[in-house]
Amino acid sequence: MTAVARAAQRTPPLERVNPVTPFAAAVLYSIPMLLTVDVVSAAVALAAWLVVFAAAGIGPRTILRRSWPLLLAAPLSAVSMLLYAEPSGRVHAQVWLATISDGSIELASAILLRVLAIGVPTLVGIVGVDPTRLADGLAQVAHLPHRFVLAALAGVRLFGVLEEDWRQIALARRARGLGDTGRIRRLLQAAFALLVVALRRGGTLATAMEARGFGGPQEGRAERTWARPSTLSRADLVLVLLALAVAALAIGASVAAGSFRPPWAAHL
Amino acid sequence: MTGSRIRARGWGWQHAGRDAAAVAGLDLDVEPGERLLLLGPSGAGKSTLLSALAGVLGGDEEGDETGELAVDGAHPSTLRGTAGLVLQDPQANTILSRVGDDVAFGCENLAVPRDEIWRRVADALDAVGLDVALDRSTAALSGGQRQRLALAGVLAMRPGLILLDEPTANLDPEGVVEVRDAVARVAAETGATLVVVEHRVDTWLPVVDRVVVLAPGGGAIADGTPDAVLGAHGAALAAQGVWVPGIPIDVPRPERRPGPALLVADGLRSGRRVAVHAPVSLEVAAGEALAVTGPNGAGKSTLALTLAGLLPPVDGSLAATEALRGGNLAEPAPVRWRPKQLATRIGTVFQQPEHQFVAPRVRDEVAAGLRALRRPEAEVAATVDGLLAALRLDALADANPFTLSGGEQRRLSVATVLAPAPRLVVLDEPTFGQDRRTWAELVRLIAELVDERGCAVVAVTHDADVVRILGDRILRLDAADGLEGSGTARGAAA
Repeated sequence: MTAVARAAQRTPPLERVNPVTPFAAAVLYSIPMLLTVDVVSAAVALAAWLVVFAAAGIGPRTILRRSWPLLLAAPLSAVSMLLYAEPSGRVHAQVWLATISDGSIELASAILLRVLAIGVPTLVGIVGVDPTRLADGLAQVAHLPHRFVLAALAGVRLFGVLEEDWRQIALARRARGLGDTGRIRRLLQAAFALLVVALRRGGTLATAMEARGFGGPQEGRAERTWARPSTLSRADLVLVLLALAVAALAIGASVAAGSFRPPWAAHL
Repeated sequence: MTGSRIRARGWGWQHAGRDAAAVAGLDLDVEPGERLLLLGPSGAGKSTLLSALAGVLGGDEEGDETGELAVDGAHPSTLRGTAGLVLQDPQANTILSRVGDDVAFGCENLAVPRDEIWRRVADALDAVGLDVALDRSTAALSGGQRQRLALAGVLAMRPGLILLDEPTANLDPEGVVEVRDAVARVAAETGATLVVVEHRVDTWLPVVDRVVVLAPGGGAIADGTPDAVLGAHGAALAAQGVWVPGIPIDVPRPERRPGPALLVADGLRSGRRVAVHAPVSLEVAAGEALAVTGPNGAGKSTLALTLAGLLPPVDGSLAATEALRGGNLAEPAPVRWRPKQLATRIGTVFQQPEHQFVAPRVRDEVAAGLRALRRPEAEVAATVDGLLAALRLDALADANPFTLSGGEQRRLSVATVLAPAPRLVVLDEPTFGQDRRTWAELVRLIAELVDERGCAVVAVTHDADVVRILGDRILRLDAADGLEGSGTARGAAA
């Protein structure tokens, strides 16, 4: 085995796929998964993904770190379903507009599992993607216009810089004795100051990029080259097929169990 | 590689919407391989000329061009990769988030083949002496490293013309030398033509072989060897704000008798969560100036923000004495004061004035703090008028703060901080990138704060002249973990 092949084997699986692929896979997987709101398909899909992650060496810590916002959002949406979904079956409790019934309990658990089943694998796949690799993929593989992609990439770097600007602006407000009163107005003023700083930074960034031949006069005549190649490999095919397979398994299990229930039929 | 030839005949540029031309009637010939220092007061159109030579001045909607300008016989805007430009703000020169990618960016745009790109990247980083990994984050670089990175990005394009727009104005002394030496080496190795704009002449004299002086709205008013031009025009240039070597600045420095201590730091370490410097114990007293110096990254700015009551100490303590608090404020820790309580006691001038501005007009900007304190409008008007006059901003009272020049913005930020009459003023790099004239005004102003208003001043600076003129006491923070002479910071200034 060559050194390169060994190095490739050590690379985490998600870094072997092109960063564009998880986005495509997420779309292909989500469409069938949105066709039904039932416990079985979501539970099967979620379980299947956890098996896939374990096989790929993606540990629970990575999964939690990337998908934690969902772990907050999913219970919230479940609770609202639990309390406010159209009641059906036995009613367990009723407080003003909120009603907990057999139907709402079932719907709440289905929603909870579905948000996780769609959201967790998607976030694990796309959170933490290196912006530079993503931009390379978007321009070279997805063939989006490279001027747009590169401008966006350079803009992403500015976010970090603007975060520091925002901190400084906030400290400066306090130093000037502002902020005791009129919070909203002060916030708007600070946002405006940040906007001005952002525009100025954007302007100088554009100049710096132009000075390095970006969008130059010979554009179109000479093709731009790419220092970092971005290509598709078998790993990308594997990921897409995996996403489709999990979706098929989940829907199949749901149909077989007789619980397949499209949203338009939710009230039935 | 050979250098480019520059030719200008009656060239001029007027920015859209401006009454006067930035440059007019410029005649200039630069031979391949010449190394030129471009001087002139602010507003003389030095940066405009550099942008034009780099071909990034923009099209007809940006302004009107007159006369003729050519690099290697063609108008610069039709060329790509012939001229490389490095801008003043290190942050503005960084385009991508990894060192190698950033250097490669220009080559990619010039359609250089991939293998050749990475060879050029390695050569360019080598030439500027930037010995870091290709995948190193550009956010982790110091200002001097960033400017050398920008120079490498330009070099990798193999330009015939290298244009530097105040490349060392925002750097500490170590960074200045780093960048200057890298430029000298690169110019000697590549034979590229070099045009540098810089107020600080002495930095660049070892590198350049010709000096050209531009006049506002005019052409070149002096042109020749550095000795000849500085000999004939040195005094006039100094009066216009150029840092001409050998012409001292004279700011009076009366004998000072420190008053009561205002702020006492004991084993103080500051940072955002993690301490960035060794413990500091010191007293800041009324009527004296403390200069905080040290290399970039030593934690000077963070310490200043902590002394100013804006960041909580990570370790140790910081307490305001009763002399600063006044009778009706019991809380000793400035960071726990309400904004209004803070602004009337400690004022902070930030490194970037733009971060401080809140109002659409200069006059309202100065008044904002006073109005928040609900001072009577008559008193507000009197204080504002006084400050605007003292800081020569009265003619700009109705201008928008964001449209002022760098020097004007700096003076305005000082005015806004002085309005609520704090007894302690903290300044972060107040003279950064200023020309000689603005520099002298600021230093005099800070000296007046101490000598006439009896304020305490804490100035973070790596400007040796500021330290010499203002610093009654000097606290030197060192990079990484060491802190030299920290202890008490009691050493008197020379």
